Amino acid sequence: MNYIMRTSNQTLEEILTLAAAHFKVAREKLAPDDDFFRTLGINSLQTLELLTRLEHHFQIELPDYELQGVSDFRTLAERIQARL
Amino acid sequence: MLNLDQYSSLGAALRDALDRWGDETCLIESDRDRERTRLTYSDFKELALPLARALEDAELHAGERAAIIMSNQSKWLISAYAIFYCGAVLVPLDYKLTAAEQLQLLAHCKAKIAIVEFYLWRAMMQLPEVKNLKALVLVTEAPLSADLGSAFRWEDFRRKGDPVFVPRKREDVACIVYSSGTGGRPKGCVLTHENYLEQCKSLTAWYPFWPGVRYLSILPTNHAIDFMVGFIGPFVCGACVVHLRTLRPEFVRDAFVRYKITHVSLVPMVLKNLERGLRAKFETLSAVKRFVLDYFIALNKSFTRARPKLKLSRRLLPQVHKAFGGELVAMFTGGAFMEPSTLEFFYELGIPVANGYGLTEAGTVLTVNDLKPFRADTVGKPLPGVELRILNPDSEGIGEVAAHSKTVMSHYLDDPELTAETIVEGWLLTGDLGRFDGKGHLQLFGRKKNMIVTEGGKNIYPEDIETAFEGIPVKEYCIFAANYLWPEKTLGREMLVIALRLEEGQEFTSALKDEIVSRNRRLPDFKRVGGCLVCEKDFPRTASMKIKRAVLAEEIGKSRERTAVSEL
Repeated sequence: MNYIMRTSNQTLEEILTLAAAHFKVAREKLAPDDDFFRTLGINSLQTLELLTRLEHHFQIELPDYELQGVSDFRTLAERIQARL
Repeated sequence: MLNLDQYSSLGAALRDALDRWGDETCLIESDRDRERTRLTYSDFKELALPLARALEDAELHAGERAAIIMSNQSKWLISAYAIFYCGAVLVPLDYKLTAAEQLQLLAHCKAKIAIVEFYLWRAMMQLPEVKNLKALVLVTEAPLSADLGSAFRWEDFRRKGDPVFVPRKREDVACIVYSSGTGGRPKGCVLTHENYLEQCKSLTAWYPFWPGVRYLSILPTNHAIDFMVGFIGPFVCGACVVHLRTLRPEFVRDAFVRYKITHVSLVPMVLKNLERGLRAKFETLSAVKRFVLDYFIALNKSFTRARPKLKLSRRLLPQVHKAFGGELVAMFTGGAFMEPSTLEFFYELGIPVANGYGLTEAGTVLTVNDLKPFRADTVGKPLPGVELRILNPDSEGIGEVAAHSKTVMSHYLDDPELTAETIVEGWLLTGDLGRFDGKGHLQLFGRKKNMIVTEGGKNIYPEDIETAFEGIPVKEYCIFAANYLWPEKTLGREMLVIALRLEEGQEFTSALKDEIVSRNRRLPDFKRVGGCLVCEKDFPRTASMKIKRAVLAEEIGKSRERTAVSEL
C-alpha cells in the first residue's frame, strides 16, 4: 500500500529525478515539458524500461498503454498521479 | 500441418485446425510474472463459437466488415476466428494510432462491428466524431463500473447455440489491412483468402511449424507479419502462440526463458535492444571469461558457416542460449532496414535470424533468407510461388522491385486510381529499389517512393502527417522523406524533412522553429519530422493548386545538399 500522499509537483519531481538516474543524465538537464524521446535520445522501448522503475518507486502497476501518446514528463506525471 | 490446398478460406482452415489439434495448447497470455490465460485448441473453439453466434444474431453477414483494435492477446485471435466463421471481412486496425485516426479508418472501411480494447474505446468516447460511428462496438476488459456509452461488453456478448459456418471462396475478401494513410489517403489493402492461404503455404514450406513450437507474438497482430506468423501459420500447424501484455524489455527477455520460445518475429528496434543488452552483459565479464567466450563464438562461427547447427551452437555457447530459453530455432526480422552487424552478432552466437522483405500489399513476405548459408547483407530469396523482377535497372543492376504472386492483394479499398498505379499488368510495383546478386538473393538499396519505414517497422507517408502542421505561419510547406530527396542507395538514415517556403521578407526565427517543434511533438514519436529546410523558390503547383511533389523533390534534390537540413 502506498502511504505517502504526493502532490502533482512532487510526483513530477520524483519522475524527473528517477529518469535522470535511469538514463544517467544530470537532473538539471531535464525539464517537465521536455520531449523525453529527444532530450534523452531514447526510443519507445527504452521509455518502457523506465516504466518499470517508476512502478517500483510509486508501488503501482502501470500498463504499457499509459505511455501511448505521451512524450513529456508532465503528462506522464499526470497519468501516474491518477493511479496513486 | 493442414494441407492448405484443400481449403477455400481462412475460416475453413482454422475450423479444421481447432478440431485436429484439440488437446494441444494454442494460446498462452502472460502479464509480467503472471500467466493470465492458457487455452487448448478446444478451449479456443469453446470461447469463439458463442461469440460467432452472437455476431450472427447481430446480423454480421458474409462480406461485411468487422474491425479489431486491440493489443496482442487471446481475445484478438478469438474475435478474428469468430469474424471469419461468420464469413465476414476482418479489418485489423493499429492500436497505436490515435483515437481520431482509428475512428477515421472505421468510417473508411464502413465497419459494421468494432471490437475494441477498453482504454482505446475510452479515448474514442472523448471525441465528438464518435457520434458518427456506425459500428456496433464490443469493448474488451472494461471495468464493471465503466460507462461504455452505446457499446457492449465483449465478455457478455455471446449466445448459446451453434452458429452456422459461412463458407467463402478463395477469391473472396478475407481482410482489409491499412498500410498507411490516416492523415491523407487511406490505403486499405484488400487481401483475399487465397492471398493468405498461399502466403502461409509458401512461408511454412521454408519455415515449418509443428505442435510443440512456441511462437512469441510481439509485433502487433494487426501487422501483416504477426497476423501470418503469429496466428494463421502456428494455428494451421498445431503450434502455440505466446502473448505478452507488456512489452517491457525485461519481461520479453523473461518470456523467452519461461516459455522456452522457439520462434519470434522482431522489428530491428527490438533486435538491436536485445543486442545492446547482451553486449552490456559481455562487457561485465572478466578478461578470462571474455577470452573464453570469444573463443567459443569464433568456433561456433566456423562450424556454422554453411548452415545453422542449433544443437552444436547450444553446446558451445550454453549460457547465451539459456538466456533465450535454450530452444530458440529462429528469429524473423523484416519490415525495416536491419543493420547487417546486428544480424551477424546473433548468427555468430548460434541464433539464426532470418531477414526478410515484404509489404502489406504483397500479403506478408516476398523474400526471406533461407540460412543456407546465412547472409546478413541481403533480404533473402523469393519464397516459392513469388516471382520478382527488377524494372529499368541502371548500370549497377539496381531498379524498382516488382512482384507477381498469388499473395499480392486484390486492390486498394475504394481507390481504383491508386490501384492502377500500383498493380500494373499483374505486377505489384513495390517502390523499393533492389538488385539480385549472383546467388539469387535480393539486396535492397533504398526507395523510389516518398516514405520511410521506422526501426519499429511502421510505414510513414509524409502526406499523412502534413495536416499536423496546418496553419504554421509560412507561405507554404511540404514534407518529404530525406532519402527521396537525396537518394542514398541505402535504407538507413531514414528521416522526414519539412520543406518551408517563407513569405517575402520573412525570417526563419526561433519562434517559428518553436512552433514547428511544438506541432511535431503532438505527433507520435515515430511520425515526427527530423529536420527542416528553407526553400528559396515558390513551390511548383498544378492547375488545381496542389503541390507537384515529385517536381519539387527533384528541384530540392538538385539545388540543395542534405547537409542544408537543420535539425529540429
